[in-house]
Amino acid sequence: MNLLAHLPALQIVVPLVAAPICAVLFNPRIAQPFAVLVSLVTFAISVGLLNEVLAEGEIVYHMGGWEPPWGIAYVIDPLNALLLCLVSGMAAIVMPAVRLGIGAETTERSRRLFLSLALLALTGMLGIVITGDAFNLYVFLEISSLSSYALIATGNDRRAAPAAFNYLIQGTVGATFILIGIGLLYMMTGTLNMADLAVRIVDLRHTAPIQAALAFILVGAAVKAALFPAHAWMPNAYTYAPSMVSAFFGATATKVGAYIMIRFIFTVFGAEWVFGDMMIGWILVPLGIAAAFAGSLVAIWQTDLKRMLAYSSVAQVGYISAAIGLGNRDGLIAAIVHVFNHGLMKGALFMVMACVILRLGRADITSFRGLGRRMPVTMGCFVVAGLSMIGVPLTVGFVSKWYLVLGAIEAGVWPVAVLVIMSSLLSVIYIGRVIEVAYFAPAPDDARIQEAPALLLVPTLLLTVLCITFGIATDTTVGVAAYAVQFLLGGLP
Amino acid sequence: MSEALAFLMAHANTWAATALLCIGLWVVMVRGNLIKKVIGLNIFQTGVFLFYISMGYIIGGTAPIVEEGADAVYSNPLPHVLILTAIVVSVATTSLALALIVRIRESYGTTEEDDVIASDEA
Repeated sequence: MNLLAHLPALQIVVPLVAAPICAVLFNPRIAQPFAVLVSLVTFAISVGLLNEVLAEGEIVYHMGGWEPPWGIAYVIDPLNALLLCLVSGMAAIVMPAVRLGIGAETTERSRRLFLSLALLALTGMLGIVITGDAFNLYVFLEISSLSSYALIATGNDRRAAPAAFNYLIQGTVGATFILIGIGLLYMMTGTLNMADLAVRIVDLRHTAPIQAALAFILVGAAVKAALFPAHAWMPNAYTYAPSMVSAFFGATATKVGAYIMIRFIFTVFGAEWVFGDMMIGWILVPLGIAAAFAGSLVAIWQTDLKRMLAYSSVAQVGYISAAIGLGNRDGLIAAIVHVFNHGLMKGALFMVMACVILRLGRADITSFRGLGRRMPVTMGCFVVAGLSMIGVPLTVGFVSKWYLVLGAIEAGVWPVAVLVIMSSLLSVIYIGRVIEVAYFAPAPDDARIQEAPALLLVPTLLLTVLCITFGIATDTTVGVAAYAVQFLLGGLP
Repeated sequence: MSEALAFLMAHANTWAATALLCIGLWVVMVRGNLIKKVIGLNIFQTGVFLFYISMGYIIGGTAPIVEEGADAVYSNPLPHVLILTAIVVSVATTSLALALIVRIRESYGTTEEDDVIASDEA
C-alpha cells in the first residue's frame, strides 16, 4: 500500500488517533514528547500536501474509496494546503513549549487532558480546512469548537470558566447557523459535496432558500471568525485562557472562520453572484473597516496586554473581511496572505505573553516596566512582531496591507485604502506604549525577573524570525496565494 | 382565508421549526440564568433537528428498508442520519456547558450571569 497516496486521510487520522492515546498515557514525560512527535508528523504531512498541490494541482481524495456524492471527498487546492501548513505548523511550534508554558496558567486537574484536547482541536481545524463536504465541515467545526471551549476553561483564573461558557453559547449559535445554511443547501440541491453544490446552485440562485443559506452561513462563519460585531466572545476567551492556548487559537481559530467564509463565497456560491447580485461586499467591507477602528481603539485603552492583543485580533479580522469583501484578485490575495501572516505575528505576540507570565505571573502594562533590559530577547520578539502588526516594511504585516491597499484602489474604493492606513496608525499607539514602558521605564528591583527559559524562547524566536522571513521573501506566500486565487476565481482576472 | 390556512398547514413543520428557533434564540439572549441559557440553546437546536427531519420526509413515504417485491416510496434517510450526528454534537455541547456551569458555581457561588459579572467587577 502506498502511504503517500493517503496523505490527505493521514492528515486527519494521525492527530485524531493520537488524542485518545495521549489521554491514556498517564505519565506526562511520555505524553508530552509523543504529542510533539505527532504535531511534527502532522506538519510534515501538510508540507508534503502543499508541495504536491503546487506541483500537480488540486488533489481529490475519496475517503474510504467511496465516490462522491455517496462518500466524503477531501479536496486540497492551494488555499487549504496553505492553511493546513499554518494550522499544523503553529501546533508543531507551540506544542514543545506546552508543558512549561501551561505550568503557571492552568488548574492542576485540567493539565492531564490538556494535550489530548489540544490534539483534538488541531484535528478539528485541519478537518474544516481539508474537507470538500459541507456537512463534514460542520462536524469538524464542532470537534474543534468543543475542544477549544474546554481548553479555554483550563485557565486557572476563575474568570476563564464564564469566558469559556460565553464562547460556548455564541459559538454554538454560530455553528448551528452554519448547520441551518447547509440544510437549506441540501434541501434545494440534494447534495452536500461542495463541487456538486457549486454546479447545482447556479440555476437556483434566485430562490429564497439559497439566499437564506448564504446569509445563515456567512453569519455563522462571522461568529467563528470573530468579525465585528460578532466578536464579543473573543476578548475574554483569549485573556483568561492560558497563553499557549491564546497563541494557538489566536493564530488559527479565527482564520479558520475566515476560511469558511472564503470557501463558501468563492467555491460554493460563486463570487460574481455573491458580490454582484447579493452585494455582500457592501456588508463585509464596512464591517471590516468598522472592526479595524473599533478593535484598535479599544486595544489602546487596555491595561491587560492579552486583552489588548485580543482586541487587536478583532481589528485584524476586520482587514481580512474587508479584503474578502473587495471581491477582486488583489483583495483576495490580501485576505489569504493576511490569514497566514496574522497567524504568525499574533502567535509570536501571545508566546511573548506566555514568557512574561511565566516570569512575572501577570501581563498587565505595569508589569512590562524595564523588561527591555531584563528580558531582552523576549521583548525583542515583541518589538519585531509588534512592528509587523503595525505593517512596517520588511515584515509580514506590510505585505498583506500592501495588497489590501492595491485591492481597494483596483476596486475603485480609495477611501477604503485611506481608512486602512489610518487604522494602522492606531496600532502604532497600542504597540508603541508597550515598547515605551518596556524600554524607557526603570526596571523593578527583582532578581527573579530574567530571560524566559529556552523551551519557551525558541518557539517565540522562531515565529518572530518567520515574521521577517516571509516579509522579505514574499514570493512564497504571495505566490501560493496568487495560485490559490486562480483556483477560487476559476481563471477570471 | 382557507387559502392562507392551507399554506400554513402545508408548511406546518417549517413553521414549527422556525418558532422553535426563535424561542430558543430569545431564551439564550434574554435569560440571565446560565442553566436557562443552556435550555434555550437546546430549544434552538431542536428547531434545527425538526427542520432536517421534515426535509427528508416524503408524503406517503415509508422507512427506507428495501423489501422484496414491494413497490414502496421511501423517505430520504440522509437528512435523518445527518441529524443523528448533530444530536450527538448537541448532547456533547450540553454536557460541556453544564460542566462549565458547575465550575462557575464552585468559584462564584451563583449561576446568574449578572451576579458573576458583578462579582468580577467588585
